[in-house]
Amino acid sequence: MTVEEIVAELGLKVLTGREHLKREISSAYCCDLLSRVMSRSSKNSLWITIQTHPNIVAVAALVEMACIVIPENVTVDENTLAKAEEEHVVILSSSMSAYTVAGKLYSLGIHGA
Amino acid sequence: METTDEATMSKYYSIEPGNFILAGEAAEQIKKILKQLGIDAALIRKVAIASYEAEMNLVIHSVGGRLILNVNPQEITIIAQDDGPGIKDIELAMKEGYSTAPDAARELGFGAGMGLPNIKRYSDRFAIQSAEGEGTRVEMTFYLS
Repeated sequence: MTVEEIVAELGLKVLTGREHLKREISSAYCCDLLSRVMSRSSKNSLWITIQTHPNIVAVAALVEMACIVIPENVTVDENTLAKAEEEHVVILSSSMSAYTVAGKLYSLGIHGA
Repeated sequence: METTDEATMSKYYSIEPGNFILAGEAAEQIKKILKQLGIDAALIRKVAIASYEAEMNLVIHSVGGRLILNVNPQEITIIAQDDGPGIKDIELAMKEGYSTAPDAARELGFGAGMGLPNIKRYSDRFAIQSAEGEGTRVEMTFYLS
């Protein structure tokens, strides 16, 4: 599935990287410890995290993730949004919890790395 | 890659302690250079993750340091060197899950205790030298063939 399709299916808000929504999502990973995310997630993955500081952009860019999903409408730092646009990182936002986002993605056929 | 001396290159990145905004930029630069050199994507991922971990170690734990990238036709080497405070127990620091990161870093999702273990896991050759009260030097090498 593409990022665009996920956005529509889950009713997500696009915060950054609007021009990159055609990216294909291969898998998903949910964790807030950056080292763990770096070693376990893969290219074109979707990452669910409650972290919102600029380093999530560095992690997503290094691994070449398809997108980041921030759950529970957590406000994302301005610095993070600016850096994400610069690095072509897609950040999406949801009112749902990380657990619910993950569950819905799983039922759409998106599984772990 | 050409097997001439011209194919040998070196880059130096100064890492500011405690600056979580800039953190990750050196690793990103290293990744871009390796991409330009046409290095295999799977290898770039390993080098990028190890570089990022090394950079974050300098940001979180050191009083300041540097990352040095060396590329020659045989291998990629990254040296992370700092000016202190040094590691008390290297064996413990190498243990997955062990971390001395302060709460401020942990709140940002750092301090998983996987930095050095990840660097070792992703590199083909790994060396660490450190002593309390002195600096730390981590050298990671990735073979190109």
